[in-house]
Amino acid sequence: MDATDRAIINRLQHGFPICEYPYRQVAAELDIDEQELINRLQTMLEDKRLSRFGPMYHAERMGGGLSLCAMSIPQNDFDEVVEKINAFPEVAHNYAREHSLNMWFVLATDTPERIQGVLQEIEESTGYPVYNMPKKQEFFIGLHFAL
Amino acid sequence: MNVSYTNTPLDDLDRAIIQATQAGLPLTNRPYTAIAEKVGSTPAQVMEHMQKMQNQGIIRRIGAVPNHYVLGFRGNGMSVWDVPDERIQTCGEMVGALDFVSHAYHRPRHPPLWNYNLFAMVHGHDRDEVMQKVEKIAKLLGEDDRGHEVLFSTRILKKTGLRLPGGNS
Repeated sequence: MDATDRAIINRLQHGFPICEYPYRQVAAELDIDEQELINRLQTMLEDKRLSRFGPMYHAERMGGGLSLCAMSIPQNDFDEVVEKINAFPEVAHNYAREHSLNMWFVLATDTPERIQGVLQEIEESTGYPVYNMPKKQEFFIGLHFAL
Repeated sequence: MNVSYTNTPLDDLDRAIIQATQAGLPLTNRPYTAIAEKVGSTPAQVMEHMQKMQNQGIIRRIGAVPNHYVLGFRGNGMSVWDVPDERIQTCGEMVGALDFVSHAYHRPRHPPLWNYNLFAMVHGHDRDEVMQKVEKIAKLLGEDDRGHEVLFSTRILKKTGLRLPGGNS
């Protein structure tokens, strides 16, 4: 990871132009050439230093529902519950965390109304309560992460 | 930065563009022209629609998402805070502005089990560094910090992309 890669990542966390030759424009800002910028992006995507480069879509604004949910699952039941929960296509991410609320997953549904329905189905299927924590507000400022 | 959720219906070209860019922006010198070819439209139309979606917030931004883990930030903690509800705006903006915080959200409490209303993802090279950064947040919040915890993830149980709602996905 050299200074140029770092500069590219830091610059590209702040948006990308919509114009005919956007790489050329950003490359000029970074004082490198267009093809070098493209090649370095390609390499960083291939070796997974970047997990993505492109438009980031906002699920709720596209008409869908999104929520973070937490559950408290006893260890001896954990694997079985994971299997049941992961079987729901609406479960996008699921993480085990060190806490009495030890399972945290993100639900993404076609409509906001559908969130409640899926929550109920998960409660019925697993027998444990789901704590629904949809975001009330997002503080955008920190989307950028300095390297 | 208050977010109001006005759902704007997507038209067919919007949907086609979203589909065509799910994997990312083409890495060719005229990426919007490449998208136009894929969706059977013109570069001008594609750029206009993408600009419109960006203005409406359907596209948050076009940009790079660093993989914190691969970049050596192996300690990622979800810090959760109990701050006074009437101070959430100020606290959220303050915490969200820190360069080691990637996301900050206001979420509902579930008392008595869960009294936290502010979530901030904190990234560091290891757990110790995350804990030091959390201490910085605590100092910054001062009296508004009525209690906090850090939840480290121990296992990824599932990770898939978000599905495209309401259509041909």
